[in-house]
Amino acid sequence: MEHNTHTGAALPAAYLTPGTSSFVDFLRAQAPELLPFNRIAPGARPLELAHGTTIVAVAYKGGVLIAGDRRATQGNVIAHRDMDKVYVTDEYSAVGIAGTAGLAVEMVRLYQLELEHYEKLEGVTITLDGKANRLGAMIKGNLEAAMAGLAVLPLFVGFDTDAPDPDRAGRIVTYDVTGGRFEERAGYHSIGSGSVFAKGSLKKLYDPDGDQDAAVRTAIEALYDAADDDSATSGPDLVRRIFPVVITVDGLNGALRVADETTAAVSEAVVADRTRG
Amino acid sequence: MTMPLYASAEQVMRDRSELARKGIAKGRSVVVLTYTDGVLFVAENTSSTLRKVSEIYDRIGFAAVGRYSEFESLRIAGVRHADLRGYQYDRADVNARSLANAFASLLGSIFTEQIKPFEVEVCLAEVGPSYGTDQLYRNTYDGSIFDEPKYVVMGGQAEAISNALKESFQDDAALADALRVAVNAFDAGSPATNGERSLEVAVLDRKRSRRAFRRIQGAVLEELLASTKPAPAAEESAEEPEKPAE
Repeated sequence: MEHNTHTGAALPAAYLTPGTSSFVDFLRAQAPELLPFNRIAPGARPLELAHGTTIVAVAYKGGVLIAGDRRATQGNVIAHRDMDKVYVTDEYSAVGIAGTAGLAVEMVRLYQLELEHYEKLEGVTITLDGKANRLGAMIKGNLEAAMAGLAVLPLFVGFDTDAPDPDRAGRIVTYDVTGGRFEERAGYHSIGSGSVFAKGSLKKLYDPDGDQDAAVRTAIEALYDAADDDSATSGPDLVRRIFPVVITVDGLNGALRVADETTAAVSEAVVADRTRG
Repeated sequence: MTMPLYASAEQVMRDRSELARKGIAKGRSVVVLTYTDGVLFVAENTSSTLRKVSEIYDRIGFAAVGRYSEFESLRIAGVRHADLRGYQYDRADVNARSLANAFASLLGSIFTEQIKPFEVEVCLAEVGPSYGTDQLYRNTYDGSIFDEPKYVVMGGQAEAISNALKESFQDDAALADALRVAVNAFDAGSPATNGERSLEVAVLDRKRSRRAFRRIQGAVLEELLASTKPAPAAEESAEEPEKPAE
């Protein structure tokens, strides 16, 4: 039953047994040391690790988008300026992460594989609710680490292909550290250290009947407001040309990262409109 | 089970081979061939849910003939092996060769150690960056492994189809032409009109950025088949359907 990490010359018997379609469950049985969670020494104290920061999600007519700033901080030091915190996870979903950066990136990688693995084994994709629940289960698995200060919190967005009204099929799901899953029906949400400021901004700017361009603008405005008041969130970096990452999910094109030129243009417009003449 | 008094090793192997070969020959065929933009899989399959052709990894596809439950367990093992490898190392470190070797050693040990061999034949294809760099591996029930340069034919009428393909295979063909070649080769194996033949078609398209595997079905498949249909005058040369299609 042992797994073969180096040669690949033989397939262990466990690979052939019918059973779970979940890659996480398979890993837990075959190679538990590869899981991002459950490797916390007892009595571990919070370390100075890189943290991810503000993520916003906005639902619009016909889809939903998720956007994140690019900064990771380590105490008072900026650890990374161009980190990606939002990821396409499959054809109709995307995830943004706040929390301990290293762990969060690894968890997204595992989650992407979890969705793909199921799709390949079963020949069908998981429903949107199923995807949201799988992510919750992974966060739940990380509870012990979260208690030791290594929390990871995702924000999940997806397009529900089974929804009766495609205009309202973009959905936003949030989590707490225990893996609890909460659907955000207001049409917008934000997580991370700058989320208080971003949410205030979204509340004023959000238009449920707006189109995608309007939603991109709203998200970047909200990230600007978060960066304005939160030291761990980066604003548009006009000097280095580093701008927020935006991923849109809709029924026609699926999950797509918005072109850097577009986010640069919108960010510059936001900065220009706020510049005092 | 009760052990026979004595059977020579040669006799035992021969019996197992015969069993496996008979099992495979009962089923319909699969053709895997390279074309300009990648690798084309064409299978005769009446079911649209119990697949013979499927995705293993970003650049790797799988096709099989024989007993469904047996090649399905191979497929699942292949997906698990590839996903674990890709997660531990990098997505680029997953290749068809190592998986084909793993299949070969597994099939080989089942063939010699178990009472009944797997009645399957499997093809693993990996699409490369340009035409001529694609890899096709064929695994047989006894653990043999073959590296085929251009096309693989497996299943019931493999010999007849293979002979037809030998004549008609075109290098660097477009997708529609390659599909036509495959369908014509099927006709050489067991005559059937296109309407009656239910095909399962998929490609590994090298132009796709990450996951190269794509199924071609429904209206897209109809259109593709229609676009290369020979002119009605040429159709009379097709074999007369006196043998019932299997």
